[in-house]
Amino acid sequence: MHIPDGFIDIPTSAAFAAASAVAVAGAVKGARKQLSEQSAPLAGLTAVFIFAVQMLNFPVAAGTSGHLIGAALAMVLVGPYAATLALVVVLIIQAFLFADGGLTALGLSIFNMAVISVWVSFIVFMILKKILPRTKSWLVVASFIAALISVPAAAIGFVIQYAIGANATFSVGTVLNAMVGTHILIGIGEAIITALTVSAVLASRSDLVFGWDRKNSQLEIRS
Amino acid sequence: MMKISNRKFFASAILISAILAGGVSFYASSSPDGLEKVAEDVGFIETAKDHSFGDFTLADYGFKGLENARLSVGFAGLIGVAATALIALGLFRFIQKKSPNKNQ
Repeated sequence: MHIPDGFIDIPTSAAFAAASAVAVAGAVKGARKQLSEQSAPLAGLTAVFIFAVQMLNFPVAAGTSGHLIGAALAMVLVGPYAATLALVVVLIIQAFLFADGGLTALGLSIFNMAVISVWVSFIVFMILKKILPRTKSWLVVASFIAALISVPAAAIGFVIQYAIGANATFSVGTVLNAMVGTHILIGIGEAIITALTVSAVLASRSDLVFGWDRKNSQLEIRS
Repeated sequence: MMKISNRKFFASAILISAILAGGVSFYASSSPDGLEKVAEDVGFIETAKDHSFGDFTLADYGFKGLENARLSVGFAGLIGVAATALIALGLFRFIQKKSPNKNQ
């Protein structure tokens, strides 16, 4: 969902770039409090893994592909603040080194994938954690659902940007329907990759996982 | 539960990422992604402009000059993994909270 230059006009792009800058500054502040010497390397590794998996487009429907965003994955592994920063690093590298995602559109893409996607998945995840049993399996289920919703959430972010400042005149309703429909399908792929990765990290190093409280794991072992 | 060491975890994560970006990426679908397909179907794809860096060596995840498609995307992927590792690990190391106890 990397937006090329030209889809959205410059004033709207500039406004979202400013909003993204504010969000990134907040994320640096939050991550500073949350990241320990233990979890900081995991945040870096998460960015590396997301860059790699974003290269793996999977087919979703006739003539359409999708790839991981990684917002929910990063949020579960390293918390929402560091997740925002990890996604920003990936998006900047893709735009500047690989010509993937326009430069004037970078603020738009960051807002959708590094801000909306991360924080929507965080809210969904926290609600699910409250109502679901505190086991690793249910944590994976919560990650799956958070990831599933995070993709159409980012797509809706684009539709809002389109509604405000599109350089085209096609109806917003048409774009909304097409974007949400396609990205629910891509969300299923996102959810599967997220669930598999969270399971793997929970199995090998659950102590590093932000979304998993260590107190729970100790209780689980005793019972 | 089998808990693996920090070093092993770190090495596995980098190795898996390198294999995915350097090898598996060749098999990725080349169909347009969701946004691009919607833009084509609805019709606003024509408002897209060429990327300012579209002629760069690594543009579109290929290494310019490498004829072999597998090597081209693989090499570009490995460079991306290295660049992301350098920047992300450096950034998070820089902003991590400093341990109050030096002995820890």
